Amino acid sequence: MIQAEHLTKRYGFTTAIQDVSFEVRKGEILGFLGPNGAGKTTTMRILAGFFPATEGRAIVAGFDVFEKPLEVKKRVGYMPEHPPLYEEMSVDAYLRFVATIKGVDRDKIDSRLSDVKARCGLAEEGSRLIKHLSKGYKQRVGLAQALIHEPEVLILDEPTIGLDPKQIIEVRELIRGLAGDHTVILSTHILPEVSMTCERVIIINNGKIVVMDTPENLTSQLGGGERIELDIVGPVDNLSALLREIPQVKNVSLGEPQNARQPVLVETEGSADVRHLIARKVIESGLDLYRLSTQTMTLEEIFVKLTTEEETQEEETEEETQEEETE
Amino acid sequence: MRNYLAIVTKELRTLFVSPIAYVVLAVFFAITGYFFYIILGNVIEFVMQRAFQSQQFGAAPPPFDAPAAVIRGFFGVLSTILLFLIPMITMGIFAEEKKRGTIELLFTSPLTHLQLILGKFTALILFLLVMLVPTIVNSILLYLLSEPAPRLVTMLVGYLGAFLLGGALLAVGVFISSLTENQIVAAVLTFGTFLILWVIDATAGTGSTITNETIRYLSILNHYEDFTKGVLDSQHVIFYLSFIFLGLFLTSVSLDSGKWRG
Repeated sequence: MIQAEHLTKRYGFTTAIQDVSFEVRKGEILGFLGPNGAGKTTTMRILAGFFPATEGRAIVAGFDVFEKPLEVKKRVGYMPEHPPLYEEMSVDAYLRFVATIKGVDRDKIDSRLSDVKARCGLAEEGSRLIKHLSKGYKQRVGLAQALIHEPEVLILDEPTIGLDPKQIIEVRELIRGLAGDHTVILSTHILPEVSMTCERVIIINNGKIVVMDTPENLTSQLGGGERIELDIVGPVDNLSALLREIPQVKNVSLGEPQNARQPVLVETEGSADVRHLIARKVIESGLDLYRLSTQTMTLEEIFVKLTTEEETQEEETEEETQEEETE
Repeated sequence: MRNYLAIVTKELRTLFVSPIAYVVLAVFFAITGYFFYIILGNVIEFVMQRAFQSQQFGAAPPPFDAPAAVIRGFFGVLSTILLFLIPMITMGIFAEEKKRGTIELLFTSPLTHLQLILGKFTALILFLLVMLVPTIVNSILLYLLSEPAPRLVTMLVGYLGAFLLGGALLAVGVFISSLTENQIVAAVLTFGTFLILWVIDATAGTGSTITNETIRYLSILNHYEDFTKGVLDSQHVIFYLSFIFLGLFLTSVSLDSGKWRG
């Protein structure tokens, strides 16, 4: 449904994105993950036809974005980071205007209007002026605006930014509900959001794609071993040595005791599950085990790991080239 | 066509919801009304003086077309007021869309730049008509009450001139607004450009070299004078129409350039 081939965008001397290629299948939800300024918005703006790429090609909904922009724009719903709202209009008037310029048939506008308002929780707000709406509601109008013409492709730039937790959950559910009928690309710098809503993730940093995979694969690939948290009551002096007797245990660290409970963090290597061994050791040594839980590597950690690895590699290659030059 | 009309409607709504439109209209009507009164007074006084003098010397006064003098004075003032007020209504036309990010909506919708620019320009032209049409009241009074009545054609040509001049100024304003996302910057630049176009003929030398002639030709006021006299000359009409075309064409280039879309 979406094909990006070697997209590069330069503003003068700064390169916003470099050689970005990816594909999104019909009905899929793809998450774009990266720190602020990584090139997420630039990529999305190119796909939505807001501006052309310096190099490369993008095909959205079967049409080349540069050659047939109008055809693409008819089929794409785009929600920019700041919802593009005319504050002095009422919600209804605004959505009607958007529906018209997006090419919705005149006799379908009313039904589309009530449909998107119901979907985005705006049914009661139709006659209110947009400037009087709260931030969360403005965000919903922004989303409604992107959905009004039943686009095949939805491009959402940070759709949950500025919402309260309850609204965030609602928006995520709404987005998940869109999958299947719509192909969705959404960007975020909040990592759990991706694992909750997306089927595939692209991590982008400094304008380049760092990795592209499913959230589960990313977690398991990079996790490499588990971290197990224990809560223990009793003297823990020998515990560290005892646990290290298990060959898979790599490291044991004791935390600050809280309410007489001693938190312990055990890091293991390999894919073998050793939780039962750990539990047995603890019980055998006469200590009370209150909690045992595994901690998988969060996307935050993966993200930091990936982006910092990238940088160190780059630095190394730079050093190498410098060395070569001096030689 | 549908897109174009949607843009026109939306722009008119935006214009008339904002207080700027009403302030501009109020100021415009107050000043034109006041100046009409002053000009009328001056002309009447002048005519009376002449009548008095001719009585004293016992000779008939040379012919003087008083209503035409009023019309000329009135349209002269009208043009100056337009020069000051038009930057106020064009400054936001694109700058505001950029500032609020709504340009992202417009640029990612299946709209052509032509529909967008013409839609916005049409809305501004309609606003210009809203400014000009009520001042016809002054002219009607003049037409009904003066003896001899002014020629209808003189007044109509005057209005045509004001309309074309206003249209040319609007087109320049639209272009400048498309260059920036700051309304105040747009207003100041627009006003500065108007002033330069206004006084540019003063920089021309006295000779009739090509340079001097060109500079004189560019002066937006020179072309207006004939209209206020009731003279309809196609070269002036063409001048203003090409000015409008140039302004809108440059707007299109500016939107296409995409440089500012950081």
